[in-house]
Amino acid sequence: MESLLSYAFMQRALLAGFLISITCAILGVFLVLRRDAMIGHGLAHVTFGGVALGLFLYLTPLLVALGVAVFSALGILKLKERAGLYGDTAIGIISSLGMALGIILVSLAGSFNVDLFGYLFGNILAIDPEEVWMALILALVVLITIVLFYQEFVFLTFDPESARTSGVQVRRLDKLMAILTAVTVVLGMKVVGILLVSALLVMPAAAALQVARSFKEALMISASVAGISAIAGLVIAFYFDWPASGTIVAVSGLFFLVLFQARSYRKPAQEELNERV
Amino acid sequence: MSTNSSLIHVDNVSFNFHGLKVLQDISFSISPGDFLALIGPNGSGKTTLIRIILGILKPSSGRIVLMGEEVHQFTQWQRIGYVPQKATLLDPYFPASVREVVAMGLISLKRFPRLLTRQDESSIDKALDRVGLKGLKSRRIGELSGGQQQRVFIARAIVNGPDVLFLDEPTAGVDADTQARFYDMLAELNRKEGLTIVLITHDFGIITKHANKVACLNQRLFFHGTHEEFCSSQAVQDLLRGEHHLVCHRH
Repeated sequence: MESLLSYAFMQRALLAGFLISITCAILGVFLVLRRDAMIGHGLAHVTFGGVALGLFLYLTPLLVALGVAVFSALGILKLKERAGLYGDTAIGIISSLGMALGIILVSLAGSFNVDLFGYLFGNILAIDPEEVWMALILALVVLITIVLFYQEFVFLTFDPESARTSGVQVRRLDKLMAILTAVTVVLGMKVVGILLVSALLVMPAAAALQVARSFKEALMISASVAGISAIAGLVIAFYFDWPASGTIVAVSGLFFLVLFQARSYRKPAQEELNERV
Repeated sequence: MSTNSSLIHVDNVSFNFHGLKVLQDISFSISPGDFLALIGPNGSGKTTLIRIILGILKPSSGRIVLMGEEVHQFTQWQRIGYVPQKATLLDPYFPASVREVVAMGLISLKRFPRLLTRQDESSIDKALDRVGLKGLKSRRIGELSGGQQQRVFIARAIVNGPDVLFLDEPTAGVDADTQARFYDMLAELNRKEGLTIVLITHDFGIITKHANKVACLNQRLFFHGTHEEFCSSQAVQDLLRGEHHLVCHRH
């Protein structure tokens, strides 16, 4: 472990990977419960177009991808509200357009270097200090926003109609959630790549929901699964020379299987409750 | 039909959906302390009317005045409690404890960032006590029976001390004994604490036992009056002929 931490690139990867994974996992609980889990997958495809645009225009790909992802997330929301489309249909339309944009730009440019490959499959070990700072700041912004709007987000996730009749600004919060999702997807892309980013959002949350008995517990379990998966995945990847992105996701997949099994051992409480009340 | 003394005033409200007339020219008022039963066949527009009153849907024409304010400008949401119909369709695996669900009801009272205080915890305990579920605060809501879940939703709706409680078929899918206990609890809240109740129901037993006002809806409002007027109304008797036998007595 000591030799692992003596490498600056591993220090950066562990720090960024840990914080970004936790951010994805916390937001993921809300998305999974709102039946919006696939928005991560859709926005990840859109970020491919954003990254390609950035590379094509010689701009910072991560920033361009961030702008495109936020714009697309709001577009998905608008399509659902105005065009009366189901969420998955709206996600399908926007993500396909994003992917199409990326393919066209890649084709126009002839080819990009290994950069694009890194964005597709993730390359956390190659994260540079500036990207670490950007990731840390964005992750903290997302986490602080969730903390500040926690009560509203929980109510909105549980029962949007009653939340509205309690004075919760449902539309504004839906937009805020869409923006947070876009930012988080772009962050996650750096850790595990476009193709696996939705796993960072969905897997720890799905694992937590197997056993959580309260919303706070779900958030804590999801964050723990994600944090441990990120650290364990990076350590395993380092010592066995495996790809970091795949290893992190595989570890969180193992957590899901373990908690899925744990759920079946949970004692049914209904009969006991009926006797008590 | 004075708007001054009424808590809620529905004024000539119509609602069209994809060219279909769902509600036409609905007007009535709800006074403080009323226990209003809103009845009508399936698809008659009862839920739509409640959703319009609460500002969830915009009427095609007409207006709603809630406690003296137009509904689209209404800000006193802490005075309203709402138990929607789909509360009975709760996802059993949703990871929310009973305490967390009731705490959601406090949101309209709190200023940003809406952190809960010790006093809020005490309000949650009181609300759960009122519905007889204090001992289950830490349980996951999905572990409770349908009747217990409905009582949690009532606790959420009353935790902020509202003036009016709206309930949309709150006992759908709940057994008869639990329904009876549930409605007795509502009647107690209405009589002892003066809580105004607006209840969508298909259960005529509830109307005759607890409600003091009745509104019959089928796209149009074809009856609105007191419990006694309802029982003696020829229009109602004609409507219910062959389907129900009304035995009218209030407790």
